[in-house]
Amino acid sequence: MKITCTINGKTYSNDVETRLLLIHYLREVAQLTGSHVGCETSLCGACTVEVNGKAVKSCTMFAVQADGAKITTIEGLASNGTLHPLQEAFWNEHGLQCGFCTPGMIMASKQILERYPNPTEDEIRHGLAGNVCRCTGYQHIVNALKAAAAGARK
Amino acid sequence: MATTIAGVEKEKLVGKRLRRREDPRLITGTATYVDDIHLEDMQYAAIVRSPHAAARILSIEIAAAQNSPGVIAVFTGKDTEKVGGVPCGASLPGLRVPHHNVLAVGRVYFVGHPVAVVVAKDRYMAQDAADLVEVNYEPLPAVADPEKALAPGAAPVHPEWPDNVAFTFHQDGGDVDKAFAEADVVVKQRITSQRLIPMAMETRGVVAEWHGADRQLNLYTSTQIPHLVRTLVATMLGLDENRVRVITPEVGGGFGSKLNVYAEEALMGWIAQKIQKPVKWIETRRENFLCTIHGRGHVDYYELAAKRDGTILGIKLKIIQDVGAYHQLLTPAIPTLSVLMMPGIYKTQNIRADIVGAFTNCMPTDAYRGAGRPEATHGIERMVDILADELQIDPAEIRLKNFVANDQFPFHTATGLMYDSGNYAAPLKKALDLVDYGKLRQEQADARKQGKWIGIGISTYGEICAIGPSPATPAGGWESATVKIEPSGKVTIMTGACPHGQGEETTFAQIAADELGISVDDVLVVRGDTSIVQYGIGTFGSRGTAIGGTAVYFALQDLKEKIKKFGAVLLESDDVTFSGGNVVCNKTGQSKSLPEVAASAYRAMKLPPNTEPGLVSTRFWEPPNFTFPFGTHIVVSEIDGQTGEVKIRRYVAVDDCGNRINPLIIDGQVHGGIAQGIGQALWEQAVYDDNGQLLSGELTDYAVPRAHMMPWIESEHTTTPSPVNPLGVKGVGEAGTIGCSPAVVNSVVDALSPLGVRHIDMPLTPEKIWHILSKGA
Ligand code: FES
Ligand code: FES
Repeated sequence: MKITCTINGKTYSNDVETRLLLIHYLREVAQLTGSHVGCETSLCGACTVEVNGKAVKSCTMFAVQADGAKITTIEGLASNGTLHPLQEAFWNEHGLQCGFCTPGMIMASKQILERYPNPTEDEIRHGLAGNVCRCTGYQHIVNALKAAAAGARK
Repeated sequence: MATTIAGVEKEKLVGKRLRRREDPRLITGTATYVDDIHLEDMQYAAIVRSPHAAARILSIEIAAAQNSPGVIAVFTGKDTEKVGGVPCGASLPGLRVPHHNVLAVGRVYFVGHPVAVVVAKDRYMAQDAADLVEVNYEPLPAVADPEKALAPGAAPVHPEWPDNVAFTFHQDGGDVDKAFAEADVVVKQRITSQRLIPMAMETRGVVAEWHGADRQLNLYTSTQIPHLVRTLVATMLGLDENRVRVITPEVGGGFGSKLNVYAEEALMGWIAQKIQKPVKWIETRRENFLCTIHGRGHVDYYELAAKRDGTILGIKLKIIQDVGAYHQLLTPAIPTLSVLMMPGIYKTQNIRADIVGAFTNCMPTDAYRGAGRPEATHGIERMVDILADELQIDPAEIRLKNFVANDQFPFHTATGLMYDSGNYAAPLKKALDLVDYGKLRQEQADARKQGKWIGIGISTYGEICAIGPSPATPAGGWESATVKIEPSGKVTIMTGACPHGQGEETTFAQIAADELGISVDDVLVVRGDTSIVQYGIGTFGSRGTAIGGTAVYFALQDLKEKIKKFGAVLLESDDVTFSGGNVVCNKTGQSKSLPEVAASAYRAMKLPPNTEPGLVSTRFWEPPNFTFPFGTHIVVSEIDGQTGEVKIRRYVAVDDCGNRINPLIIDGQVHGGIAQGIGQALWEQAVYDDNGQLLSGELTDYAVPRAHMMPWIESEHTTTPSPVNPLGVKGVGEAGTIGCSPAVVNSVVDALSPLGVRHIDMPLTPEKIWHILSKGA
């Protein structure tokens, strides 16, 4: 089936099998390998991207369901070489170690801050419940979200 | 701290909370993990695995799979019989090592055992075809519990060893019989450390590429030990080691689970040769649960002998280690680390340990964060609490009484170690102050009166790090570094360690920047490609900085000498100093910058006497000893009387990892370690049923900690430098995990102590606690 979508501002048109998962479309067809596969069963959040403004686990969606959609992946977050404030905050606060969960974490965090511009620790932690990180113990990720939120308020 | 040379102030970078230099590629999604590698005409492999824990393979029908769209090859164990066995690198007297084929031959031994492999044009086609492979099995009786496996009449995992004993090990230190004969009190407890699943976020994965004309294999694999994988896979495949190139791109977490050589690594190398095309295999999460090593798997029987005043006289320990169906790389070595660590940081000189390794029809156990030391620490720290309860002595006081004293270092333990340095009371006192221990006990007493279940748990741990001196390790315990100062003065460090989240691209740059008086931005750290980096051991056992960093340090000292020599020639002086990034003539004050000196070293117009051109040094540093970090963790927990749920109200960690190169990174290591410790204490468990089926084989059933499950960690430190290496560092990768679980369990046992509870085995699930509460009430 032919689909057309916009990823990070660029238009993609491809013939895809109907069973192709969106994450595999992004990684293998569009060759945007920043979003990762940690489980393929919607339990880890490593594949989180933004579809039409909402954070979505891209392993739970078929590529054909994204026909006509506007998608943002981690690769599309920085603009003209300037990091997104969340990327900057993850970096400053040491919110990552191996980095495998990080693209999904940052995309999920973006949605949390859109919902809660001034989030409590509890809101951050519950907002991140769908994203597993095995390295950091989450504390520095929590700090990163707090720092990004504080930066946005300035 | 600053050094002033030629009027230039250079601020020391070691000790600074620098943000990491490896992060830009990771936060922008531009890093390359194995699954991100795409090669021309690359094929995909899917593996057919056994659904039975024990069965004879009667037949395998592959025709339907072969005819499936996109399939180019299907292989079974018959095809791969000539590939060497999956290696066990550890040795013990009398160790029984079953031959471990890369694909099962005739019989399967655990659920997930690879039986056949399908290679196709894309991963969907490969999986479709794998589903068409028909394997006819004759199921056999299985055994999944180590104690049941050792009982008479148990089903034999390997028919040639009907008792299921994989190995035994005995160690005696001091005079344990005398200690027990003289004891006023002996406390005994069976303590388990349950099987765990390491669950790195990136599953394993391999891409293999064969260049037939050169007989050269390129193997991209997600590993902690690229060079050892190269040596061992070359052996398995009968290839020349120097024609196998192992490339470790970004690695998405390991925690010991990638400190191994797996069947799939050799299998993909073999397939690439057969099909003459590159091939990729990426482990699914389900496979990761079933077929990547598990951790822990101990049943421990402890006896502690003591005097009435709380002085510990001796310890007896019997470990039953759940081995699984095979030995992976280090399987039998792991419980011997528990024995080494069994006295903890207490001065008792009398120990007796016995290990029995039991084969079971399960995935092999091996190194998982802490590898043997969390089990030992959990055991001794639980036993000390049980003793304190028996004698009605405060748990902090009984620890202080038994600590190795500051003037006893270096301290020879009953298990044959020499603790390098320590001040064990310091972190305990600091942690007690932080929680305001006296007041806290009072609050606990008040809360109890109101019917609340509040507990305080203390764990004072020690660990064996910087693993380790070569004679004590299966594969060499040194580490290597090459430092190159390029003609421009820029510095490239090639480390034999293989960091995968630990941040050495930053910490090694900090070390080099200080030694050479340059900026971290002038330093590049390279690792993980056996054709670029000199032979190395890898990253595990909290060794990266303590051993790998020390190798870097010594290479830098060589270069500093050479820089001075070249600088002296340029300055036409024999009295020069190198500092702050310049060689300075001590007489005239004239100076030459590092780039100027480096350029002259390569231009080689005039060489210093007996000096070769260039500025490169390679060092292999052999540590004279392990290092021994330590610390205190205190947990305050509250139990929900209705649900049995444990809530951690405070977590205080005071860790001493020696000198601190980057405290920001250290905090991250501590947090992550504690998360895995809390995971074990409260939620995680690899559960096999009696038939050897893994019940907790998905993220739905296996409870890894998520953000909302974790408490805030208050992290503090003391600093006791290690005398083992010139950096004074000890290592911190595993400390959090090792210190954590007994602190959590001690707090919960303390909370429930009014019910007469003395011990609970992990994980402390709400169900388990609820049952205790309902029985007690
Ligand atoms: S890969 Fe999509 S949630 Fe794990
Ligand atoms: S940084 Fe490794 S999983 Fe999150």
